[in-house]
Amino acid sequence: MKEKKKKINRRKFIGYSGLITGGVLASSIAPSLGGILMASRKPKNDGPWYGIGIDIEKCIGCGNCAKTCKIENDVPKEPFFFRNWVEQYTLKKDGSMLIEAPNGGIDGFKQTEADENILKTFFVPKMCNHCAKSPCTQVCPVGATFESPEGIALIDEKYCIGCGYCIQACPYGCRYLHPDTDVADKCTLCYHRIKKGMNPACMDTCPTGARISGDLNDPESDLNKFLNTKNVQVLKPQMNTGSKLFYNALNREVK
Amino acid sequence: MPIQLRRLLLLFSVFIIIFIVIRHFLVPDSFGEFGHYRGDALDEIASQEVKFMGNQSCVACHDSIGTLLIEGYHDYLQCEVCHGPGYQHNVNPVTYHLLKPMERTDCAKCHSQNKARAEDGIIQQDIDNHHPERKCIECHNPHQP
Amino acid sequence: MDPRFEHLYEALTKVDGFIYPNEIDLAWSVLIVLYPYITGLVAGAFILASLERVFKVKALKPTYAIALLTSFSFLLVATMPLIFHLGKPLRFFEILTTPHLTSAMAVFGFVYLWYLMVVLLLEIWFDYRHDLVIWSNQGRGMKKWIYKILTLGIKDISTEALSWDQKLGYAVTIIGIPSAFLLHGYVGFIFGSIKANPWWSTTLMPVIFLFSAMVSGIALVMVIFMLVNYIRKEKIDMKCLDTIGKFLLYAIIIDFALEALDQVHRFYVADESFDTIYLLMSGKLYITLIGMQIIVGTVIPLIVLGFMQFYKPKVKIRQWLYFITGILVLVGIFFMRWNVVIGGQLFSKSFNGFTSFKLDLIGAEGFLGAAIWMIVPFLILAFLLWLLPPWKKISEHF
Repeated sequence: MKEKKKKINRRKFIGYSGLITGGVLASSIAPSLGGILMASRKPKNDGPWYGIGIDIEKCIGCGNCAKTCKIENDVPKEPFFFRNWVEQYTLKKDGSMLIEAPNGGIDGFKQTEADENILKTFFVPKMCNHCAKSPCTQVCPVGATFESPEGIALIDEKYCIGCGYCIQACPYGCRYLHPDTDVADKCTLCYHRIKKGMNPACMDTCPTGARISGDLNDPESDLNKFLNTKNVQVLKPQMNTGSKLFYNALNREVK
Repeated sequence: MPIQLRRLLLLFSVFIIIFIVIRHFLVPDSFGEFGHYRGDALDEIASQEVKFMGNQSCVACHDSIGTLLIEGYHDYLQCEVCHGPGYQHNVNPVTYHLLKPMERTDCAKCHSQNKARAEDGIIQQDIDNHHPERKCIECHNPHQP
Repeated sequence: MDPRFEHLYEALTKVDGFIYPNEIDLAWSVLIVLYPYITGLVAGAFILASLERVFKVKALKPTYAIALLTSFSFLLVATMPLIFHLGKPLRFFEILTTPHLTSAMAVFGFVYLWYLMVVLLLEIWFDYRHDLVIWSNQGRGMKKWIYKILTLGIKDISTEALSWDQKLGYAVTIIGIPSAFLLHGYVGFIFGSIKANPWWSTTLMPVIFLFSAMVSGIALVMVIFMLVNYIRKEKIDMKCLDTIGKFLLYAIIIDFALEALDQVHRFYVADESFDTIYLLMSGKLYITLIGMQIIVGTVIPLIVLGFMQFYKPKVKIRQWLYFITGILVLVGIFFMRWNVVIGGQLFSKSFNGFTSFKLDLIGAEGFLGAAIWMIVPFLILAFLLWLLPPWKKISEHF
């Protein structure tokens, strides 16, 4: 009898320790497994922790976001410098893919392919992903670009040396060298507006509400509702950048 | 210790001390306040001018159009989507006038037919064939289309 | 139109497929091609010098001081293209005052200073100290005073002091070898660590950079060694030249094997970026990669140098062959850097298209601006050879 109890205890012990070990192991690797959850559910501080949601189904490709951004943030008007832009993907019936972003979509899109040749077409607005593990802030040699306490990747234009390393490191092509200031420039998620309690300009002027930004730390925020109800995906999840730009209905052809 | 080594160590110590002293003066005061960056940069970026003011500042004066707008299909639109940023007009309404987009192309940016636009979403028109001789606003009031 | 954007509007018309709109403008141009090229020459020349001193390849003795001085004169210039390509060159000091340690680029300032101050300057100083003391007692005028300053006020040339020079110099060389590896492997890491760019992002990048550095450095010293002898109307030590040729061959073989491995791996694995990269290699980079880097810079030198291991033509012909091979190798490695730096920015990170690049003639980022940084090191070297002529040295290390 005693012998049997001992045996059970031992079995229990092995079972529990196995469970604990497994649990510890699993929880230690779990954060890096969830490509989407990792960034969206990781509160970094007590304050707000910003992310962005874009609903591709709602985007009508009017280009207002890109146009507004250039005005609000004094981005050079030439078609080589964009803090955000819109791309149109057209998957044709012959199997080829046409991708266009004329002037970043600012002047609107004119469909170049006849309806009957199109299998599927959609707009994809692009902007800085404000990654939780930004490759761009990682490579800055002097600490001129950084993640703000609110999780926004910013550039200190008075400190940037203009080496261009961050431009190379961004997998999404969201940075450029500003021709007037000679330093790197990028989306600030309209930090100046957010700090005053406003929305980023591109979100305010989106006529269909396809773009939202919000606090990931606040369970009641619109963004969290968006994340909880939509089938969201991030760009280039294999890059493991902890992107905080979530798309609804993102097609796998989009890179 | 040989004299060469002593002399070199002296020289290198002098270099390092000079470097540390110079570094002390070159690093900005607020550097490292929140992380490896100039803390003051946050306030500087936040102090940028707001150009798109939002509807509240528009309807403060243009209340009748505001009422018209929220009763129609364009109720969710910000005034500045069509009229452009209001920051200068807001300060000096007499000198600075906002855009009044009147052309067919202005409406077409959202309402032209494009297969990428959801069919049950925004109203789309074949811009080339739908009364091409007239301006959209001759029939449709943009504030209450 | 704003003249600043003319080349961009031109590039806009040459875009193939789709690229992100910010990708039309290349952030890094020819100056960043020069940066790994020049640091590579520095590291390679230094390694040739260590072959003689540490690995006791005594046939290379006539090149030892030349190799060190070459390495030093190029090192002095190595940072210049970097600083001049910056948008804000006057802020370069920030990289030393507030280095951001997660950046592969941040410690470059310190690696560079370490290499300059602790390795090269010291090794040259210990090697020349005996002579500096002697020269500072002869002659007159400016030169004498320069020597006096360079001795750092140490006049001791007793046997004991000289044997310390030997020991310390040797120690510095030993430290120097890993430092040279560090310096250039590190430059490779700057590119290799960019995960966003599949053309750069390979673990082999630092190693490839290192061995291509050796190839270019050895070739450079070989060419300079021949030129110096030619200008001084001295007979070239053929045993030495043959030995350099032999080591150049070894270095090219390893370098070629590594680069081939990298490409074979790329072709075999064929990940999501492969189609784009294949188009890049067979299109925009065809001439510079297949033509210049592989055929001109690698295959021809391999054949010529390999051939001379079995059959040694007459001295005159051999000299010409070595000289031409050396130039070809230098050109080839330049294009290797070109293909890495420029090639890596020609394709879109969306893997859906390409932008184009045209090298301007004038301007800081133009051909002539870049050429300056390739000429200046030779002027520095000429000055150093005048100030510290290796052929007038009395002291010799062992």
